[in-house]
Amino acid sequence: MLKSMYEWLDKRIDITPMWRDVADHEVPEHVNPAHHFSAFIYCFGGLTFFIVVIQILSGMFLTMYYVPDIENAWKSVHYLQNEIAFGQIVRGMHHWGASVSIVMLFLHTLRVFFTGSYKHPREFNWVIGMLLFFVMLGLGFTGYLLPWDNKAYFATKVGIEIAASVPIIGDAAASFLQGGEVVGAQTLARFFALHVFFLPGILLALLGAHFFLIRKQGISGPL
Amino acid sequence: MAHNHDGKDKEVHYVGDSRVPQNKKKLYPKDYSEYPGNTEPFFPNFLLKEWMVAVVVLVGFLALVMAEEPPLGEQADPTNTGFLPVPDWYFLFLYQLLKFKWASGPFVVVGTVIVPGIAFTALLLAPWLDRSKERRPFKRPVATSLMLISLVAIAILTWEAEDEHEKQLASLPKGSSEEDVKIVDQNDPAYEIYKNQACVNCHGEQLEGITGPPLKGIGDAYSAEQIQHIMDTGKGQMPAGMFQGTPEEKRKLAEWLTKQKTGKPKSTEH
Repeated sequence: MLKSMYEWLDKRIDITPMWRDVADHEVPEHVNPAHHFSAFIYCFGGLTFFIVVIQILSGMFLTMYYVPDIENAWKSVHYLQNEIAFGQIVRGMHHWGASVSIVMLFLHTLRVFFTGSYKHPREFNWVIGMLLFFVMLGLGFTGYLLPWDNKAYFATKVGIEIAASVPIIGDAAASFLQGGEVVGAQTLARFFALHVFFLPGILLALLGAHFFLIRKQGISGPL
Repeated sequence: MAHNHDGKDKEVHYVGDSRVPQNKKKLYPKDYSEYPGNTEPFFPNFLLKEWMVAVVVLVGFLALVMAEEPPLGEQADPTNTGFLPVPDWYFLFLYQLLKFKWASGPFVVVGTVIVPGIAFTALLLAPWLDRSKERRPFKRPVATSLMLISLVAIAILTWEAEDEHEKQLASLPKGSSEEDVKIVDQNDPAYEIYKNQACVNCHGEQLEGITGPPLKGIGDAYSAEQIQHIMDTGKGQMPAGMFQGTPEEKRKLAEWLTKQKTGKPKSTEH
């Protein structure tokens, strides 16, 4: 049944080569943890992606209850955490997943650095990876404000003050982040937009480029 | 289904323009046969093994999620002046950098732009700064040692920031200024001791706090021994040796103060 459905589609739109492109390539022994246990260090990149997928899924569920306005933001988080079935688990996954993804990303960066994998011909993919790192930090910074508790509010206030102290571009950066005279309704709205639309969009585009280049160039050889 | 010109039903592959059938073989990247050893296909063989690693991580991660409730403090109150701001842990090292004398005040640009700017630019441009063909970490001592030094610096700064924050939290007044928290057991003889000492001048007749912090609900935070210690050594603005009664009176007063409880669940904020 499934097979005939697949064949029906394949005859018309020829999907086999699409997934074969992704699926059919040899993975070398030196990155395979089944052959060398120490090769688990090559798993950090994949694990970062895995946690990012968890973040996207849990975040999608959180937006079913979250209300990005200063009257209701905290209340909606409080409600979803205490009243909704599995709300605490979903918020817990998103909250702790943020830290775990930073840790995994950090370990992945260190693996690439210490194995010298950023060298010719993979310079460009290293740069994309660093941009991914900044986007992830941006996601962490914008997401921190959204629960709208004291910790979130005052950390963001200090963060914006620090941004404002940068010469030349500081004031522009601070007013871009803050959106108004004080850290308030406009700040929350734009942090929500950045956290949920802009930054994930950039993240996915960069991830696509990252994976495309890995596929194109292959994994760096053994040391 | 596509039909060929001879009328037979046969699959045809097209490229771009659907009138041009594909006749070229796909170019697949070369495999890893140049590396001796056991290569295996990415899908499904290798992905299955990576998935097994991911499952181990997932179990650990979900155990963390089940064990630790995600924190949610009190709703944000912009008028709260006593709140100690702290960024998420992965920004702590950057935050702590701004506490150095040479990176704060008139030199804050050193802490906000110059040091992080140099570090992140160097990281971004690493492939062009470290151009040798050599990949083994021990054969590139400059790159490796710079990264190790940075890691140690990040670890120390993060630890220092956390430590400083903990100490600041510990030094915050623990009493409650909320209206609905009342003084407990005002008829206790210890209250007379309290009133006859200097305590009342700063902490107020109803423990509401005047120039000193409120003491209502202080029993939630301190034991009698800790309170006696504060009476002896002082804390914050409070000088040492403010209590000048007998040791017996001091003990009674400390015990009465531990009875000052808010009767509320302890705040999990910070």
